[in-house]
Amino acid sequence: MGEELKVIVFSLAHEEYGIEVDKVRTIERLSPITRVPKTPSFIKGVINLRGIVVPVIDLRGRFGLEESATTENSRIIVVAVNEMEVGFIVDSANDVVDIDADTIDSPPEIVGGIKAKYLRGIAKFGDNRLLIMLNLSEVLNKSEIIQLEQLEV
Amino acid sequence: MDMNAYLSMFIDESNDHLQALNENLLRLESEPEDLSIVQSIFRSAHTLKGMSATMGYEDLASLTHEMENVLDLVRNSKLKMDEFIFDTLFKGLDALESMVQDIVGGGTGKADVTAIVASLQSIVKGDYKTAVASTAASSAPSASVQQTGGILDEFQTSVIQQSIDSGHNVYYIEVEIREDCVLKGVRAYMVFDLLGKNGDIVKSEPSVTDLEQEKFDRSFSVFTISTLSQQELEAQIAAISEIEKVTVALLDLESLAMLNNAAAKEQAPAAAPAQAEPQSEAAKEEAGKQVSAARTQAAASSAPAAVSRTIRVDIDRLDALMNLFSELLIDRVRLEQLSSEIRRNDLTETVEHMTRVSSDLQNIVLKLRMVPVDSVFNRFPRMIRDLAKSLDKKIDLVITGADTELDRTVIDEIGDPLVHLLRNSVDHGIETTQERIAAGKPETGTINLRAYHSGNHVFIEVEEDGRGINREKVLKTAIKNGVVTEDQAKQLSDEDINMLIFAPGFSTADKISDISGRGVGLDVVRSKITSLGGNVTVDSALGRGTKFAVQLPLTLSIISAMLIKLGSEKYAIPLTSIVETGIIQKDQILNVHGNRMIHFRNAVIPLVSLSKVLDSPDFNEQSESETEIVVIRKGDKWAAITVDEFIGQSEIVLKSLGKYLTNIEAISGATILGDGQVALIIDPNALIK
Repeated sequence: MGEELKVIVFSLAHEEYGIEVDKVRTIERLSPITRVPKTPSFIKGVINLRGIVVPVIDLRGRFGLEESATTENSRIIVVAVNEMEVGFIVDSANDVVDIDADTIDSPPEIVGGIKAKYLRGIAKFGDNRLLIMLNLSEVLNKSEIIQLEQLEV
Repeated sequence: MDMNAYLSMFIDESNDHLQALNENLLRLESEPEDLSIVQSIFRSAHTLKGMSATMGYEDLASLTHEMENVLDLVRNSKLKMDEFIFDTLFKGLDALESMVQDIVGGGTGKADVTAIVASLQSIVKGDYKTAVASTAASSAPSASVQQTGGILDEFQTSVIQQSIDSGHNVYYIEVEIREDCVLKGVRAYMVFDLLGKNGDIVKSEPSVTDLEQEKFDRSFSVFTISTLSQQELEAQIAAISEIEKVTVALLDLESLAMLNNAAAKEQAPAAAPAQAEPQSEAAKEEAGKQVSAARTQAAASSAPAAVSRTIRVDIDRLDALMNLFSELLIDRVRLEQLSSEIRRNDLTETVEHMTRVSSDLQNIVLKLRMVPVDSVFNRFPRMIRDLAKSLDKKIDLVITGADTELDRTVIDEIGDPLVHLLRNSVDHGIETTQERIAAGKPETGTINLRAYHSGNHVFIEVEEDGRGINREKVLKTAIKNGVVTEDQAKQLSDEDINMLIFAPGFSTADKISDISGRGVGLDVVRSKITSLGGNVTVDSALGRGTKFAVQLPLTLSIISAMLIKLGSEKYAIPLTSIVETGIIQKDQILNVHGNRMIHFRNAVIPLVSLSKVLDSPDFNEQSESETEIVVIRKGDKWAAITVDEFIGQSEIVLKSLGKYLTNIEAISGATILGDGQVALIIDPNALIK
């Protein structure tokens, strides 16, 4: 048995993803988002999180998946990585599970259209369910955003 | 004992004492006869020594100890201050400061201070006037043992004492190297290598590093504990080539006692009066005011009570308080809205009362973060002194309004720009002494540094009586450097030309000096001050002097802003950069070279479409026949920006967008409105090109 990890499970385009609990600040229902001009399209804007202004990004847009309208189940997961606080819009967030760190396998090149570098690995849990673990610092990599901006220009 | 708990206290207090030392030394330099200043310098140095010794910073303590020895002689009128002593003391202070800085940065506070210590010791011995280098020339070991008496510190003495007690051989060795020797450092190293192999080196004079860098004349001396006999040691050292002469003297307890006596003589007067001093001083002060001598003790104890009326608070706690208050402010605005909707009398009254209380609270919270500009100004006298010295100019710095208070965030940022301005004044503004005499001005130049409140702003002025700005020269350089074209130059007013010195890449200095003149200074100053929400202006008369005036907002955390609407979106524009608001008809918009301009108060100013700049999704002023505009200002450039609708003026709390979103064009931050929504704050400076 390896180390036990507590993981928040959320879904995005019919896949299940995981983020370690200790990186998650809070999970919120959607609140009004203020658009920030001159930013990549996946940055939806900023929200007021109890007095703190937090940027929100659409994970579907970030991963290049097709964006869809938000629903009653949509949630904002606020994570804190590298002194940054950022909210992720996800389709739904519904579970907290324990997984064994040893069961995390290195990811295949492409999973559901997402580049492997955003992923930490694939974990098995429960009755043959697969959980895609995210590499948060790569997802929030700013130098890549700058590249994206330049492409758009 | 765990010292970490006391570390921050130690750092704070050391900084206070160093600052006091600096200020008092400067005062003393202008009034060298005033012994009461020496007293207070002595007290600061003594406290600092005690604190660093307790905390285990030996180097810090030993250097302060040496400075104290010098001060003690001065205090007892045995020594007259002169330039050499001032310079050495200032050097000592610099070394102390860098050691404390090292401790702040997590270091051990160790530094090589032997050079300064040596000069201090030579001052105490009174032989500094006859050059320090000749001390080692004497050949008789016993005589030089006495002479070097002050060199061994307590720790080294006790090491030697213990070695002698436990039967080891302790030697005092003097080595002289042949005059024609090329690699003196190497020879010295070979001697040290030999001594190191056969025992321990307690102390060398000059220090090992100095010896390695050949910073010595021909001879050096060493205290060493060795396993070899006197003859063996002498023979082996003499066997090293190019050694002219070597003298080895065996030290016993008696000769060590002689050393100790010599050292004790110096220390005793330092220690004894230091303890008696604070009380007798307090007594003297009180004696004039109070008749009863019996109350001296009460008076002495009342002094510390007055000091403890302030407390040190962690900045983080003040920031947390500020954040909490900001949230309260947001709720207050929300409550005001609700109560005006509900229209119930008792609710409205309660909300009004809360509004009053919270604005009082806002004043107090903001005041808590206010710091006197003195905390920035206090390092300037020393800086100006050193600069003036290095440029061989005579300059008086006159500071007024040092008690003017500014928000801490502004204080933190304003230091560097002011340093730039002052350096500029010293270097370019004030003429050399000869030039001043030739121009019929007093020999000593004056720089006035003033701070004062005015409205919601604080002004800081740097004014000197130097040569003033030579506008022709400025214009020529500006044209040469491509800052303006010749055509443009003809239309510039005197003020415009003065402002050219703030342009990037501009410098009129004929030669580049260390102090300023690389042309990076003033434009950095201006951009820094602008980023703080302030501005800087310059006023100059050729031959009479130049005045820089810096205008700064009182605080950066809560500002007044105009809220505007752009379709469904709301934005805030800082009130400080708004000139006025108005409405224009579509047919008033002129087209000049494809740029849209409008007439405004006898001038033609550009019209900027905010909806275009911000990619507004649901508003475009093109479809309106009448458009609301906000006229904004950046320095002396004006522009009108088109908006959809005015909402009103409001106090807003500045919030950052976080680390993920940085450098967003035309947006300087965000704020939270009464309804809980986030509104972005527009950076007007980015809208004026």
